[in-house]
Amino acid sequence: MEATVTTANNEETTWGGGNEPMRASYGKMMMWFFIMSDALTFSGFLAAYGFSRFKFIETWPLADEVFTHFPFMHGVTAPMYYVAFMTFILIFSSVTMVLAVDAGHQMKKNKVIVYMFLTIIGGLIFVGSQAWEWKNFIKGEYGAVETKGGSILQFVKDGKQIALADFAVKLPEERAQLTRSRGTWFQEEANLPSYSVAEVQAGFKAHPDVLIRTELIHDKQKTVLTRAQSEARLKDAVYVVEGANLERNEYGSKLFADFFFFITGFHGFHVFSGVIINIIIFFNVLLGTYEKRKSYEMVEKVGLYWHFVDLVWVFVFTVFYLV
Amino acid sequence: MAHAHESNAGRIWKVFAILSVVTIIEVFLGIYKPDAIHRQYFLGMSLLNWIFYGLTVFKAYYIVWAFMHLEGEKSSLKWSIVLPIVFLVLYLLFILLTEGHYIYGVFKDSTIKWNF
Repeated sequence: MEATVTTANNEETTWGGGNEPMRASYGKMMMWFFIMSDALTFSGFLAAYGFSRFKFIETWPLADEVFTHFPFMHGVTAPMYYVAFMTFILIFSSVTMVLAVDAGHQMKKNKVIVYMFLTIIGGLIFVGSQAWEWKNFIKGEYGAVETKGGSILQFVKDGKQIALADFAVKLPEERAQLTRSRGTWFQEEANLPSYSVAEVQAGFKAHPDVLIRTELIHDKQKTVLTRAQSEARLKDAVYVVEGANLERNEYGSKLFADFFFFITGFHGFHVFSGVIINIIIFFNVLLGTYEKRKSYEMVEKVGLYWHFVDLVWVFVFTVFYLV
Repeated sequence: MAHAHESNAGRIWKVFAILSVVTIIEVFLGIYKPDAIHRQYFLGMSLLNWIFYGLTVFKAYYIVWAFMHLEGEKSSLKWSIVLPIVFLVLYLLFILLTEGHYIYGVFKDSTIKWNF
Protein backbone atom coordinates (compact mmCIF):
# COMPACT_ATOMS: atom_id res chain seq x y z
CA MET A 1 0.00 0.00 0.00
CA GLU A 2 2.95 2.29 0.53
CA ALA A 3 3.47 2.48 -3.20
CA THR A 4 0.11 4.12 -3.82
CA VAL A 5 0.53 7.06 -1.47
CA THR A 6 3.98 8.53 -1.24
CA THR A 7 4.65 10.59 1.80
CA ALA A 8 6.85 13.65 1.96
CA ASN A 9 10.44 13.03 2.71
CA ASN A 10 11.48 16.05 4.66
CA GLU A 11 14.94 17.42 4.03
CA GLU A 12 16.73 14.10 4.33
CA THR A 13 18.21 13.41 0.95
CA THR A 14 17.19 15.07 -2.24
CA TRP A 15 18.17 12.04 -4.26
CA GLY A 16 17.03 9.42 -1.81
CA GLY A 17 13.63 8.93 -3.43
CA GLY A 18 10.21 9.70 -2.05
CA ASN A 19 10.40 13.28 -3.23
CA GLU A 20 7.31 14.99 -4.48
CA PRO A 21 7.88 17.44 -7.30
CA MET A 22 5.54 20.42 -7.09
CA ARG A 23 4.50 19.03 -3.71
CA ALA A 24 1.85 16.82 -5.25
CA SER A 25 1.94 13.06 -4.85
CA TYR A 26 2.79 10.96 -7.87
CA GLY A 27 -0.80 9.81 -8.47
CA LYS A 28 -2.31 13.21 -8.11
CA MET A 29 0.17 14.89 -10.38
CA MET A 30 -0.30 12.24 -13.05
CA MET A 31 -4.06 12.66 -12.79
CA TRP A 32 -3.56 16.37 -13.38
CA PHE A 33 -1.43 15.79 -16.45
CA PHE A 34 -3.87 13.20 -17.78
CA ILE A 35 -6.63 15.75 -17.33
CA MET A 36 -4.56 18.33 -19.16
CA SER A 37 -4.08 16.07 -22.17
CA ASP A 38 -7.74 15.05 -22.14
CA ALA A 39 -8.72 18.70 -21.98
CA LEU A 40 -6.63 19.32 -25.08
CA THR A 41 -8.38 16.43 -26.84
CA PHE A 42 -11.78 17.92 -26.10
CA SER A 43 -10.53 21.35 -27.13
CA GLY A 44 -9.50 19.86 -30.44
CA PHE A 45 -12.98 18.42 -30.99
CA LEU A 46 -14.75 21.62 -30.02
CA ALA A 47 -12.40 23.72 -32.13
CA ALA A 48 -13.11 21.40 -35.09
CA TYR A 49 -16.81 21.96 -34.47
CA GLY A 50 -16.16 25.70 -34.50
CA PHE A 51 -14.25 25.36 -37.76
CA SER A 52 -17.12 23.54 -39.47
CA ARG A 53 -19.64 25.93 -38.07
CA PHE A 54 -17.74 28.96 -39.30
CA LYS A 55 -17.44 27.27 -42.66
CA PHE A 56 -21.22 26.82 -42.90
CA ILE A 57 -22.16 29.76 -40.72
CA GLU A 58 -25.14 30.71 -42.88
CA THR A 59 -26.77 27.29 -42.91
CA TRP A 60 -25.96 25.80 -39.49
CA PRO A 61 -28.99 24.46 -37.56
CA LEU A 62 -30.39 26.66 -34.80
CA ALA A 63 -29.95 24.80 -31.51
CA ASP A 64 -33.20 25.94 -29.93
CA GLU A 65 -35.11 24.41 -32.84
CA VAL A 66 -33.34 21.07 -32.45
CA PHE A 67 -33.45 20.32 -28.74
CA THR A 68 -36.99 21.13 -27.70
CA HIS A 69 -38.11 18.15 -25.68
CA PHE A 70 -38.97 17.79 -22.03
CA PRO A 71 -40.09 14.51 -20.43
CA PHE A 72 -43.85 14.06 -20.06
CA MET A 73 -44.55 17.28 -21.96
CA HIS A 74 -45.33 15.97 -25.35
CA GLY A 75 -45.71 18.45 -28.16
CA VAL A 76 -44.66 21.38 -25.98
CA THR A 77 -41.70 23.31 -27.30
CA ALA A 78 -39.37 23.59 -24.34
CA PRO A 79 -35.90 24.43 -25.56
CA MET A 80 -33.05 24.43 -23.07
CA TYR A 81 -34.99 23.36 -19.98
CA TYR A 82 -34.01 19.72 -20.05
CA VAL A 83 -30.37 20.36 -20.81
CA ALA A 84 -30.34 22.98 -18.04
CA PHE A 85 -31.62 20.27 -15.73
CA MET A 86 -28.82 17.95 -16.90
CA THR A 87 -26.28 20.68 -16.24
CA PHE A 88 -27.60 21.10 -12.70
CA ILE A 89 -27.41 17.39 -12.07
CA LEU A 90 -23.79 17.31 -13.13
CA ILE A 91 -22.82 20.41 -11.16
CA PHE A 92 -24.56 19.01 -8.12
CA SER A 93 -22.79 15.67 -8.41
CA SER A 94 -19.57 17.66 -8.60
CA VAL A 95 -20.54 19.35 -5.34
CA THR A 96 -21.22 16.04 -3.58
CA MET A 97 -17.92 14.74 -4.94
CA VAL A 98 -15.96 17.66 -3.52
CA LEU A 99 -17.83 17.22 -0.22
CA ALA A 100 -16.72 13.58 -0.22
CA VAL A 101 -13.12 14.68 -0.75
CA ASP A 102 -13.54 17.19 2.06
CA ALA A 103 -14.94 14.52 4.39
CA GLY A 104 -12.06 12.26 3.37
CA HIS A 105 -9.54 14.87 4.50
CA GLN A 106 -11.18 14.75 7.90
CA MET A 107 -11.18 10.93 7.85
CA LYS A 108 -14.96 10.75 8.22
CA LYS A 109 -15.69 7.45 6.52
CA ASN A 110 -19.49 7.54 6.76
CA LYS A 111 -19.75 11.00 5.27
CA VAL A 112 -17.50 9.93 2.39
CA ILE A 113 -19.78 6.95 1.76
CA VAL A 114 -22.93 9.10 1.62
CA TYR A 115 -21.45 11.74 -0.64
CA MET A 116 -19.84 9.24 -3.01
CA PHE A 117 -23.15 7.44 -3.28
CA LEU A 118 -24.94 10.67 -4.20
CA THR A 119 -22.26 11.42 -6.78
CA ILE A 120 -22.78 8.04 -8.43
CA ILE A 121 -26.54 8.56 -8.53
CA GLY A 122 -26.05 11.99 -10.11
CA GLY A 123 -23.76 10.50 -12.73
CA LEU A 124 -26.27 7.79 -13.59
CA ILE A 125 -29.09 10.32 -13.95
CA PHE A 126 -26.90 12.36 -16.27
CA VAL A 127 -25.97 9.41 -18.48
CA GLY A 128 -29.64 8.40 -18.64
CA SER A 129 -30.65 11.92 -19.61
CA GLN A 130 -28.09 11.97 -22.33
CA ALA A 131 -29.41 8.69 -23.71
CA TRP A 132 -32.89 10.21 -23.77
CA GLU A 133 -31.57 13.30 -25.52
CA TRP A 134 -29.94 11.07 -28.16
CA LYS A 135 -33.13 9.09 -28.60
CA ASN A 136 -35.10 12.25 -29.38
CA PHE A 137 -32.45 13.50 -31.74
CA ILE A 138 -32.24 10.19 -33.59
CA LYS A 139 -36.00 9.84 -33.83
CA GLY A 140 -36.50 13.39 -35.08
CA GLU A 141 -39.67 15.34 -34.91
CA TYR A 142 -40.92 16.74 -38.20
CA GLY A 143 -39.08 15.04 -41.00
CA ALA A 144 -37.67 16.78 -44.06
CA VAL A 145 -36.48 16.08 -47.58
CA GLU A 146 -32.98 16.25 -48.91
CA THR A 147 -32.19 17.66 -52.34
CA LYS A 148 -29.81 16.41 -54.96
CA GLY A 149 -27.30 19.00 -53.78
CA GLY A 150 -27.48 17.75 -50.21
CA SER A 151 -29.43 20.57 -48.59
CA ILE A 152 -32.36 19.96 -46.28
CA LEU A 153 -35.83 21.33 -46.99
CA GLN A 154 -38.31 21.56 -44.12
CA PHE A 155 -42.01 22.30 -44.32
CA VAL A 156 -43.90 25.16 -42.71
CA LYS A 157 -47.52 26.18 -42.50
CA ASP A 158 -48.61 29.53 -41.02
CA GLY A 159 -45.03 30.19 -39.98
CA LYS A 160 -44.74 26.98 -37.99
CA GLN A 161 -42.83 23.87 -38.93
CA ILE A 162 -45.09 20.91 -39.67
CA ALA A 163 -44.43 17.19 -39.82
CA LEU A 164 -44.49 15.15 -43.02
CA ALA A 165 -47.46 13.22 -41.65
CA ASP A 166 -49.48 16.46 -41.55
CA PHE A 167 -49.65 16.81 -45.30
CA ALA A 168 -48.08 13.88 -47.18
CA VAL A 169 -50.47 11.52 -48.93
CA LYS A 170 -50.36 7.73 -49.20
CA LEU A 171 -49.86 6.59 -52.76
CA PRO A 172 -50.54 3.04 -53.92
CA GLU A 173 -46.90 2.19 -54.38
CA GLU A 174 -44.73 -0.42 -52.88
CA ARG A 175 -41.07 -0.29 -52.12
CA ALA A 176 -39.48 -3.17 -50.26
CA GLN A 177 -36.58 -2.55 -47.92
CA LEU A 178 -33.29 -3.87 -49.20
CA THR A 179 -32.03 -6.41 -46.70
CA ARG A 180 -28.98 -8.66 -46.71
CA SER A 181 -31.14 -11.62 -47.67
CA ARG A 182 -32.52 -9.78 -50.73
CA GLY A 183 -29.31 -8.15 -51.89
CA THR A 184 -27.03 -9.64 -54.51
CA TRP A 185 -23.86 -8.84 -52.64
CA PHE A 186 -23.41 -7.54 -49.09
CA GLN A 187 -26.09 -4.91 -49.65
CA GLU A 188 -28.60 -3.52 -47.22
CA GLU A 189 -30.25 -0.24 -46.33
CA ALA A 190 -31.58 1.42 -43.24
CA ASN A 191 -35.28 1.35 -42.39
CA LEU A 192 -37.37 3.00 -45.06
CA PRO A 193 -38.84 6.39 -44.15
CA SER A 194 -42.60 6.52 -43.59
CA TYR A 195 -43.17 8.38 -46.87
CA SER A 196 -41.56 8.29 -50.26
CA VAL A 197 -40.40 11.42 -52.08
CA ALA A 198 -43.35 11.09 -54.49
CA GLU A 199 -45.81 10.97 -51.60
CA VAL A 200 -44.34 14.11 -50.05
CA GLN A 201 -44.42 15.89 -53.41
CA ALA A 202 -48.02 14.85 -54.06
CA GLY A 203 -49.05 15.96 -50.56
CA PHE A 204 -47.31 19.28 -51.10
CA LYS A 205 -49.26 19.81 -54.31
CA ALA A 206 -52.53 19.01 -52.54
CA HIS A 207 -51.88 21.55 -49.75
CA PRO A 208 -51.35 25.01 -51.29
CA ASP A 209 -50.71 26.63 -47.90
CA VAL A 210 -47.58 24.58 -47.16
CA LEU A 211 -44.28 26.34 -47.80
CA ILE A 212 -40.66 25.26 -47.76
CA ARG A 213 -38.08 26.47 -45.31
CA THR A 214 -34.44 26.26 -46.35
CA GLU A 215 -31.33 25.99 -44.20
CA LEU A 216 -30.25 29.51 -45.03
CA ILE A 217 -30.26 31.79 -41.99
CA HIS A 218 -31.42 35.32 -42.62
CA ASP A 219 -31.82 37.77 -39.76
CA LYS A 220 -31.39 35.03 -37.12
CA GLN A 221 -34.10 32.89 -38.71
CA LYS A 222 -34.31 30.21 -41.36
CA THR A 223 -35.54 31.49 -44.73
CA VAL A 224 -39.08 30.56 -45.83
CA LEU A 225 -39.58 30.44 -49.60
CA THR A 226 -42.62 31.63 -51.52
CA ARG A 227 -45.01 29.03 -52.91
CA ALA A 228 -43.58 29.26 -56.43
CA GLN A 229 -39.99 28.96 -55.17
CA SER A 230 -41.04 26.10 -52.92
CA GLU A 231 -42.51 24.14 -55.81
CA ALA A 232 -39.33 24.61 -57.83
CA ARG A 233 -37.10 23.51 -54.93
CA LEU A 234 -39.15 20.44 -54.08
CA LYS A 235 -38.59 19.05 -57.58
CA ASP A 236 -34.95 18.44 -56.62
CA ALA A 237 -35.85 16.27 -53.63
CA VAL A 238 -34.20 12.85 -53.65
CA TYR A 239 -34.48 11.56 -50.07
CA VAL A 240 -37.00 11.71 -47.28
CA VAL A 241 -35.09 12.24 -44.04
CA GLU A 242 -36.60 11.43 -40.68
CA GLY A 243 -34.52 11.99 -37.59
CA ALA A 244 -30.76 12.05 -37.48
CA ASN A 245 -27.93 9.65 -38.07
CA LEU A 246 -24.33 9.90 -39.14
CA GLU A 247 -25.24 10.17 -42.81
CA ARG A 248 -27.98 12.76 -42.86
CA ASN A 249 -30.29 14.55 -40.48
CA GLU A 250 -33.56 16.40 -40.79
CA TYR A 251 -32.27 19.42 -38.85
CA GLY A 252 -29.85 20.60 -41.52
CA SER A 253 -26.10 20.35 -41.90
CA LYS A 254 -24.90 16.76 -41.79
CA LEU A 255 -21.83 17.79 -39.83
CA PHE A 256 -24.02 19.08 -37.03
CA ALA A 257 -25.31 15.60 -36.24
CA ASP A 258 -21.86 14.07 -36.69
CA PHE A 259 -20.29 16.47 -34.21
CA PHE A 260 -23.21 16.15 -31.83
CA PHE A 261 -22.95 12.37 -31.74
CA PHE A 262 -19.18 12.39 -31.55
CA ILE A 263 -18.62 15.06 -28.92
CA THR A 264 -21.56 14.33 -26.61
CA GLY A 265 -20.85 10.63 -27.12
CA PHE A 266 -17.23 11.05 -26.15
CA HIS A 267 -18.26 13.12 -23.14
CA GLY A 268 -20.97 10.62 -22.22
CA PHE A 269 -18.39 7.86 -22.34
CA HIS A 270 -16.24 9.88 -19.94
CA VAL A 271 -19.20 10.22 -17.60
CA PHE A 272 -19.86 6.50 -17.87
CA SER A 273 -16.27 5.56 -17.07
CA GLY A 274 -16.31 8.14 -14.29
CA VAL A 275 -19.33 6.40 -12.77
CA ILE A 276 -17.58 3.03 -13.00
CA ILE A 277 -14.42 4.38 -11.36
CA ASN A 278 -16.52 6.08 -8.69
CA ILE A 279 -18.26 2.79 -7.95
CA ILE A 280 -14.92 1.00 -7.55
CA ILE A 281 -13.66 3.68 -5.17
CA PHE A 282 -17.02 3.66 -3.37
CA PHE A 283 -16.61 -0.04 -2.61
CA ASN A 284 -13.04 0.55 -1.48
CA VAL A 285 -14.34 3.17 0.95
CA LEU A 286 -17.01 0.74 2.16
CA LEU A 287 -14.38 -1.94 2.73
CA GLY A 288 -12.27 0.50 4.71
CA THR A 289 -9.27 0.37 2.38
CA TYR A 290 -8.53 4.07 2.76
CA GLU A 291 -9.22 3.96 6.48
CA LYS A 292 -6.43 1.40 6.78
CA ARG A 293 -4.23 3.43 4.45
CA LYS A 294 -4.93 6.46 6.66
CA SER A 295 -5.44 8.55 3.55
CA TYR A 296 -8.40 9.23 1.31
CA GLU A 297 -6.24 10.54 -1.51
CA MET A 298 -7.75 8.04 -3.94
CA VAL A 299 -11.11 9.77 -3.47
CA GLU A 300 -9.43 13.04 -4.25
CA LYS A 301 -7.93 11.65 -7.45
CA VAL A 302 -11.21 10.29 -8.82
CA GLY A 303 -12.73 13.54 -7.65
CA LEU A 304 -10.37 15.41 -9.97
CA TYR A 305 -11.50 13.25 -12.89
CA TRP A 306 -15.15 13.72 -12.01
CA HIS A 307 -14.82 17.50 -11.84
CA PHE A 308 -13.07 17.44 -15.17
CA VAL A 309 -16.09 15.68 -16.70
CA ASP A 310 -18.27 18.43 -15.29
CA LEU A 311 -15.87 21.05 -16.63
CA VAL A 312 -16.09 19.62 -20.15
CA TRP A 313 -19.87 19.59 -19.97
CA VAL A 314 -19.89 23.30 -19.12
CA PHE A 315 -18.19 23.91 -22.47
CA VAL A 316 -20.23 21.38 -24.45
CA PHE A 317 -23.40 22.95 -23.05
CA THR A 318 -22.36 26.40 -24.23
CA VAL A 319 -21.13 25.30 -27.63
CA PHE A 320 -24.03 23.02 -28.58
CA TYR A 321 -27.02 24.52 -26.83
CA LEU A 322 -26.43 28.20 -26.17
CA VAL A 323 -24.36 29.69 -28.93
CA MET B 1 -2.28 14.17 4.52
CA ALA B 2 -2.03 12.88 8.06
CA HIS B 3 -2.74 16.13 9.85
CA ALA B 4 -6.30 17.23 10.47
CA HIS B 5 -7.96 19.38 7.80
CA GLU B 6 -10.37 22.22 8.22
CA SER B 7 -13.70 21.65 6.55
CA ASN B 8 -14.17 23.52 3.31
CA ALA B 9 -17.94 22.94 3.17
CA GLY B 10 -18.83 26.62 3.47
CA ARG B 11 -16.82 27.60 0.42
CA ILE B 12 -18.09 24.58 -1.54
CA TRP B 13 -21.72 25.60 -1.08
CA LYS B 14 -20.88 29.19 -1.94
CA VAL B 15 -19.27 28.08 -5.20
CA PHE B 16 -22.27 25.86 -5.93
CA ALA B 17 -24.52 28.92 -5.50
CA ILE B 18 -22.34 30.94 -7.89
CA LEU B 19 -22.34 28.18 -10.54
CA SER B 20 -26.13 27.75 -10.24
CA VAL B 21 -26.83 31.45 -10.59
CA VAL B 22 -24.58 31.70 -13.64
CA THR B 23 -26.27 28.67 -15.23
CA ILE B 24 -29.70 30.19 -14.61
CA ILE B 25 -28.58 33.45 -16.22
CA GLU B 26 -27.26 31.49 -19.23
CA VAL B 27 -30.50 29.55 -19.65
CA PHE B 28 -32.54 32.71 -19.27
CA LEU B 29 -30.50 34.51 -21.94
CA GLY B 30 -30.59 31.39 -24.14
CA ILE B 31 -34.37 31.24 -24.08
CA TYR B 32 -35.20 34.94 -24.40
CA LYS B 33 -32.21 36.07 -26.49
CA PRO B 34 -32.76 39.80 -25.85
CA ASP B 35 -32.51 41.64 -29.17
CA ALA B 36 -30.40 44.42 -27.68
CA ILE B 37 -27.45 42.06 -27.20
CA HIS B 38 -28.35 39.31 -29.68
CA ARG B 39 -28.18 41.68 -32.65
CA GLN B 40 -25.15 43.55 -31.40
CA TYR B 41 -21.92 42.35 -32.96
CA PHE B 42 -18.39 42.42 -31.65
CA LEU B 43 -15.48 41.08 -33.71
CA GLY B 44 -17.87 39.30 -36.06
CA MET B 45 -19.75 37.42 -33.34
CA SER B 46 -23.00 38.27 -31.63
CA LEU B 47 -22.47 40.01 -28.28
CA LEU B 48 -24.77 37.39 -26.72
CA ASN B 49 -22.35 34.65 -27.76
CA TRP B 50 -19.45 36.55 -26.25
CA ILE B 51 -21.41 36.77 -23.01
CA PHE B 52 -22.07 33.02 -23.13
CA TYR B 53 -18.38 32.27 -23.59
CA GLY B 54 -17.44 34.72 -20.86
CA LEU B 55 -19.83 33.09 -18.40
CA THR B 56 -18.54 29.65 -19.40
CA VAL B 57 -14.95 30.59 -18.66
CA PHE B 58 -16.12 32.14 -15.40
CA LYS B 59 -17.76 28.83 -14.43
CA ALA B 60 -14.71 26.88 -15.55
CA TYR B 61 -12.53 29.04 -13.31
CA TYR B 62 -14.61 28.18 -10.25
CA ILE B 63 -14.73 24.46 -11.06
CA VAL B 64 -10.97 24.23 -11.53
CA TRP B 65 -9.95 26.57 -8.74
CA ALA B 66 -12.44 25.59 -6.04
CA PHE B 67 -13.71 22.07 -6.84
CA MET B 68 -10.50 20.68 -8.27
CA HIS B 69 -8.74 22.75 -5.63
CA LEU B 70 -6.05 24.03 -7.93
CA GLU B 71 -5.95 27.17 -5.79
CA GLY B 72 -4.36 25.11 -3.03
CA GLU B 73 -1.59 23.63 -5.14
CA LYS B 74 1.89 25.04 -5.55
CA SER B 75 2.03 27.73 -8.18
CA SER B 76 4.45 25.69 -10.31
CA LEU B 77 1.85 22.89 -10.62
CA LYS B 78 -0.98 25.36 -11.06
CA TRP B 79 0.58 27.15 -14.01
CA SER B 80 2.12 24.12 -15.65
CA ILE B 81 -1.44 22.84 -15.99
CA VAL B 82 -3.27 26.02 -16.87
CA LEU B 83 -0.88 27.93 -19.12
CA PRO B 84 -0.31 25.24 -21.79
CA ILE B 85 -4.06 24.70 -22.10
CA VAL B 86 -4.90 28.38 -22.31
CA PHE B 87 -2.16 29.06 -24.83
CA LEU B 88 -2.84 26.02 -27.05
CA VAL B 89 -6.62 26.46 -27.03
CA LEU B 90 -6.43 30.12 -27.97
CA TYR B 91 -3.91 29.34 -30.69
CA LEU B 92 -6.01 26.47 -32.06
CA LEU B 93 -9.18 28.52 -32.05
CA PHE B 94 -7.46 31.40 -33.78
CA ILE B 95 -6.14 29.18 -36.54
CA LEU B 96 -9.23 27.05 -37.10
CA LEU B 97 -11.80 29.81 -36.89
CA THR B 98 -9.83 32.08 -39.21
CA GLU B 99 -9.50 29.22 -41.68
CA GLY B 100 -13.19 28.30 -41.35
CA HIS B 101 -14.19 31.87 -42.05
CA TYR B 102 -11.89 31.97 -45.07
CA ILE B 103 -13.42 28.78 -46.51
CA TYR B 104 -16.87 30.26 -45.96
CA GLY B 105 -15.80 33.16 -48.16
CA VAL B 106 -14.39 30.82 -50.81
CA PHE B 107 -17.68 28.90 -51.01
CA LYS B 108 -19.74 32.05 -51.00
CA ASP B 109 -17.87 33.77 -53.85
CA SER B 110 -17.20 30.67 -55.87
CA THR B 111 -18.82 30.11 -59.23
CA ILE B 112 -19.65 26.55 -58.27
CA LYS B 113 -22.86 26.20 -56.33
CA TRP B 114 -22.48 23.89 -53.35
CA ASN B 115 -25.76 24.35 -51.54
CA PHE B 116 -28.70 23.67 -53.81
